[in-house]
Amino acid sequence: MLDDFMTRATLAGVGVAFAAAPLGCFVVWRRMAYFGDATAHAAILGVALSLTFQMSIFTGALAVALMMALTVTLLAGRGYAMDTLLGVLAHSALAFGLVAVSFLSGVRIDLMAYLFGDILAVSRSDLIVIWGGAALVVALITWRWSQLLTATLNEELAYASGFDPKREQLILTLSLAVTVAVAIKVVGVLLIAAMLIIPAAASRNLARSPESMALIAAGIGAFSAVAGLRAAYVFDTPAGPSIVCVAAVLFACLSILGWKSQGRT
Amino acid sequence: MALITVENLSVRYGAHTVLSRVDMAVEPGEIVTIVGPNGSGKTSLLRAIIGATRPSSGQVSLKPGLKIGYVPQKLHVDPTLPISVERFMRLTDRVSRTQCGLALETAGVPDLLHRQMSQLSGGQFQRVLLARALINRPDILLLDEATQGLDQRGSASFYQQIEAVRRETGCAILMISHELHVVMSASDRVICLNGHVCCEGSPAVVASAPEYRALFGTGTGGALALYRHEHDHHHDHEHDHDHPPKEAAE
Repeated sequence: MLDDFMTRATLAGVGVAFAAAPLGCFVVWRRMAYFGDATAHAAILGVALSLTFQMSIFTGALAVALMMALTVTLLAGRGYAMDTLLGVLAHSALAFGLVAVSFLSGVRIDLMAYLFGDILAVSRSDLIVIWGGAALVVALITWRWSQLLTATLNEELAYASGFDPKREQLILTLSLAVTVAVAIKVVGVLLIAAMLIIPAAASRNLARSPESMALIAAGIGAFSAVAGLRAAYVFDTPAGPSIVCVAAVLFACLSILGWKSQGRT
Repeated sequence: MALITVENLSVRYGAHTVLSRVDMAVEPGEIVTIVGPNGSGKTSLLRAIIGATRPSSGQVSLKPGLKIGYVPQKLHVDPTLPISVERFMRLTDRVSRTQCGLALETAGVPDLLHRQMSQLSGGQFQRVLLARALINRPDILLLDEATQGLDQRGSASFYQQIEAVRRETGCAILMISHELHVVMSASDRVICLNGHVCCEGSPAVVASAPEYRALFGTGTGGALALYRHEHDHHHDHEHDHDHPPKEAAE
């Protein structure tokens, strides 16, 4: 069954959607959208480094995404506004990454594959990495779910309940780095934030609880992956962007429905 | 033994000293209010008590096994976060639906269990926060300017609720307030803070202390007097009456 490249691509897309859904909800609730974007952009530097040192793309991207996320966390609140800091770090990392890639003579590198993903080229071992990473992220977030929610609502409330909200933030940061690393192959660094935010935002209008929002987001993300791949096959369009397009259309439809039902009541 | 003992507590942020050598304690069942101007370290003191801020010297000791109910100043529920009152109340404690209902009743809002947090009014919201803090039967409630954003009537009735909670459950209460008129009626003891403890004692004692007057004297005298006329008729009236001319002179 896994011999078919479409099957592997579909499984890869669904795996990323499952990891991105609960994490994406927190990204939306905590207004970390730009943070997700910045971590993802920085990952291109990781790609360059892994090609230079001949490591797996996953390892390099994970390392740089982690470093990026931790640096931002460390520097936060020391003079620059968060969005300025993210803008500086993310785009510097992207620029250094692009420059570093240009030094890599000998191998011709298809940069597009890393910027926009190359989901149709997903191998069996990629699948293992993607589903392993997704399982890790889902497990981490499920384990800390209540604490993460509490810390999202109010930092002092977290302290008073006996846990450190900074540790919960770190768990999100870690999950974000893992998700970015596994999603590079699927949607590419430029569209990872879209897979995080769009399904979560689209599910808002249907959800009545935080848990249902995460589950619905997973459904929307998985459907987008399947339908996007199908559309890419039929219309011969790039796969990663097609997946994001389906998610965006779903978001638009659900938002319009949401506004209509709000108007009626 | 005291529920909370703060000894010689100092808190610094960088080079800036927010609290220096603060001593205080809260005994079982009493209502203690911390007053002080903006930047006087009220919130830092509370944060140090719940462990959110590390003291640079001195220590905070809690009675072993102390259960704290914390009511935050404000809680931001992002409009994108769907969460019902019931889910919110069961977030950090494993409690039954019945316990949620009871806590909401104690807080004066029995019918809100199935509402979405984002649909609550300011007053309802604060009461739900109070109910959540009460749910595991705390020994002490900590409130950080819990009535911010409520109007005069709203905050007066909120503090009446706090007194009722103390009557019903016997838990101690430590709160921060900038609403001096509330302090006058609802507290057993007032601690006036301005980086250090300026003065403390019963509300009447603190109100007449020169340190307190130096901090709050001008401008608030009127509101204070007004409140006393409304709610504290048995208190010394001549004391109030010598305020206005003094203020006029300033």
